[in-house]
Amino acid sequence: MTAEILRFALGYAQIALILALGLACWRMLRGPRAQDRVLALDTMYSIAMLLFLVIGMGNGNVFFFEGALVIAVLGFVTTVCAAKFLMRGEVIE
Amino acid sequence: MMHLEQLPPWAAVIIALFVVVGASLTLLGGVGLVRLKSFYQRLHAPTLGYSYGTLLIILASMLMFSLAEGRVVVHELMIGIFIMVTTPITLLMLGRAALRRDRDRKLGHDEVVPPRIRSTEPPAETETESETGDPQP
Repeated sequence: MTAEILRFALGYAQIALILALGLACWRMLRGPRAQDRVLALDTMYSIAMLLFLVIGMGNGNVFFFEGALVIAVLGFVTTVCAAKFLMRGEVIE
Repeated sequence: MMHLEQLPPWAAVIIALFVVVGASLTLLGGVGLVRLKSFYQRLHAPTLGYSYGTLLIILASMLMFSLAEGRVVVHELMIGIFIMVTTPITLLMLGRAALRRDRDRKLGHDEVVPPRIRSTEPPAETETESETGDPQP
């Protein structure tokens, strides 16, 4: 009973997060201007990190945590670089 | 999947509730990202996932691994603190970039990046390269 509740909840969470990933991907492909695409990419990074955490909870594997941490760091660096490029036209000045 | 059976029922209910609510709020943020009209409204939608989604899923993960391994596991707090610190920075920079781009567009500047080298044109024409849009000497 315990395992069924958890399995259902984790499966639902994975499906919901994948749907959110698809919606953010639609916004990234559709987005009228560049900042919409950058925002959608940042959202996709964050949702992928949550998806890694949920998959790690389902597997009982601690190593997914490190993948989630790497995704979080890379998403931060990517979004800061893209926003700086949109603002200045250069990344490093 | 043996670790799922080892958990006590109250913990299973709490973990399931946290995970379901967190994932639903993240999905709601994604729906808002698609459905809202302007960029400045869309900037607020995914923060549901950044704040509530991350908080609830991290709490569920900490509770689950703490009970499954029989010791206190708090290394998910690292992700939580990192997201809490970096999200305002990224969204603030993105909002400022959008403000600057909107102002440039209103001033008549094009989004197309002009070519770098223009030797023959007068300096008033190269104003589109400037950062603020103000005429610079």
